[in-house]
Amino acid sequence: MSEVKVITGTSAAAEAAKLADVDVIAAYPITPQTTCVEKLADFVANGELDAEYIKVESEHSAMSASIAASATGARTFTATSSQGLALMHEVLFAAAGMRVPVVMMNANRALSAPINIWNDQQDSLSQRDTGWIQLYAEDNQEVLDLVIQAFKIAEDEKVLLPVMVNLDGFILTHTVEPVTLPKRETVLDFIGTYEPKHAYLDPKKPMTQGALGDPNYYMETRYAIETAMRNAEKVIADVHDAFAEKFNRAYGNGLIESYNLEKAENVIIAMGSICGTIKDMIDLKKKEGVEIGLLKIRCYRPLPVEMIKDALKNAKNVAILDKSISLGMNKGAIYADVASHLKDKKTVNYIVGLGGRDITSEDILGIYADVETSEDGKTNWVGLKEE
Amino acid sequence: MTGSQFPREELFAPGHRGCAGCGAAIVARLALKAAGKNTIVANATGCLEVMTTPYPETAWRVPWVHVAFENAAAVASGIEGAVAALKRKKGKYGEEKVNVIAFGGDGGTADIGFQALSGAMERGHDMVYIMYDNEAYMNTGVQRSGSTPFMASTTTSPAGSHIRGENRPKKDMPMIMAAHGIPYVATASISYPEDFMKKVKKACEVNGPAFIQVLQPCTTGWGYPAENTIEMGRLAVETGVWPLFEIENGEFKLNYRPLKRKPIEEYLKVQKRYRHLKPEDISVIQKTIDMKCDEYGL
Repeated sequence: MSEVKVITGTSAAAEAAKLADVDVIAAYPITPQTTCVEKLADFVANGELDAEYIKVESEHSAMSASIAASATGARTFTATSSQGLALMHEVLFAAAGMRVPVVMMNANRALSAPINIWNDQQDSLSQRDTGWIQLYAEDNQEVLDLVIQAFKIAEDEKVLLPVMVNLDGFILTHTVEPVTLPKRETVLDFIGTYEPKHAYLDPKKPMTQGALGDPNYYMETRYAIETAMRNAEKVIADVHDAFAEKFNRAYGNGLIESYNLEKAENVIIAMGSICGTIKDMIDLKKKEGVEIGLLKIRCYRPLPVEMIKDALKNAKNVAILDKSISLGMNKGAIYADVASHLKDKKTVNYIVGLGGRDITSEDILGIYADVETSEDGKTNWVGLKEE
Repeated sequence: MTGSQFPREELFAPGHRGCAGCGAAIVARLALKAAGKNTIVANATGCLEVMTTPYPETAWRVPWVHVAFENAAAVASGIEGAVAALKRKKGKYGEEKVNVIAFGGDGGTADIGFQALSGAMERGHDMVYIMYDNEAYMNTGVQRSGSTPFMASTTTSPAGSHIRGENRPKKDMPMIMAAHGIPYVATASISYPEDFMKKVKKACEVNGPAFIQVLQPCTTGWGYPAENTIEMGRLAVETGVWPLFEIENGEFKLNYRPLKRKPIEEYLKVQKRYRHLKPEDISVIQKTIDMKCDEYGL
């Protein structure tokens, strides 16, 4: 049967990769991801996982080797964070363009300068246009469940795109929580084996991958990725539902999760571990007879716009929390993406937690109070120290 | 291996889009003849990649993959790892050894791909890295690389009234690779096909990383008539500017010794990139070659 272990988010990701019986891991250490690749190295060293572990000399090579391993036909996993993800930027496009179903854990961390190892989501949100599916976890159990689901989503023939599973640095990567670990056989039965028909390197059936796409062909390859992204919406939901049935754990509809949105007029849109704090505040206010709500985005790419609109049909004032900032626009990524679809509502952007700045329950309650009176379209930097 | 024993089968197909007299095409053709069918190729961005795979065409009759410019060695690492895992876990690829060969130009190897190459060599992957060296960034129109020789004129090291072309000597890649302690390092030339193919074969048989730097004259970048590519490669060896050697498990061995080294002038005067050289420049170059040949016992 399944067992419960009290582990960190990075360990949960490593456990999930082990359960998925990955063939190749190419990885490089970076805080706060490192404990994930250390754990995987332990699994391989102790014979608990039969995989080739390539100890690359950089994240750029980690992604390059991962793309190649997947293009050869192997189930492939890697992990990174922040500067490492930024270093991969170039080849993230290649992974999606070559349609290799690599799964990667990313520990969300701020980008330099100034150098900062603490949490925000600027790193992964800056990669939004690379063609990767992006999923975000709220707690360590969800990290494990998402990584398992990620393999099934990525390898689905209607999708065949790489998937990035994000978890907040330190908040999840270095916090232990009880996590239920299913049995390997059950997980493998759920994901299935990877037998690619579209990308393999086999001398018996030579294939050319990564060819030159001139103006006659390039646009169609981009459109094919967009089509796969749209297909992924349904696949992600279906994989979530199948997972819920088999493992008895559910997260909204797999792409978004609604929390007390039926009666609430003042609502927050947020992503990642902060959703836990917000849910606590919602429960607290409910006891006082006040209805406030949360829309948690679990899948940021593909962005489930229609689902978001539908989930917010009763909301009036929408606070959009961003742990990222597009400098020169004074908006975070989620606001920039979502607000234009919520024209009949008031939307206010709250920039929170950059570089690990603490976000307290008071901050959350303050945002709920502020969004009711704030001006539409405004951006507020929460907790900013002003001279 | 002699000419009559060359495998007839062409694993690198004709009809690619290389220039007339392209040396890179000769590198790929000979290397695949030597390596044989059971080979997977990783290719860095560059002339060879661009001219052989304009979708939907391909000149490669072996499995081939390209990801980016600076990562051919990392890509080859991933292939080697995946092949090992799939062999062990799923019984794929059968009994015969699968050769993993990476091709990178001099820019993709000595410059931008240097870190990935060093990492792959140090990790001991069972792969062959072939650096096809045409001594500049030819794919983008002849810009200097770390492998451009002293005083060669390129578009970013032009010979002008104040500067005599490239002001730095060519990066010594074979010795840098040998310093990684890998089992096999060699230099080769497309103008000595038996020697080159023998080395590719040996590199494939070696257990662990092998590095071959093959000098590959470039008609457009060096500035000579297309029909002279082979002659140009031969002159490079005959003058001692490109000695053919191998370093096998640390043992240095010279593979070819011209009866009498030709003066470097014969090599330089037939190339546009050296057209600006004055007799005193040529004697400076001659001196550096003499010193290097002394070192190699040539």
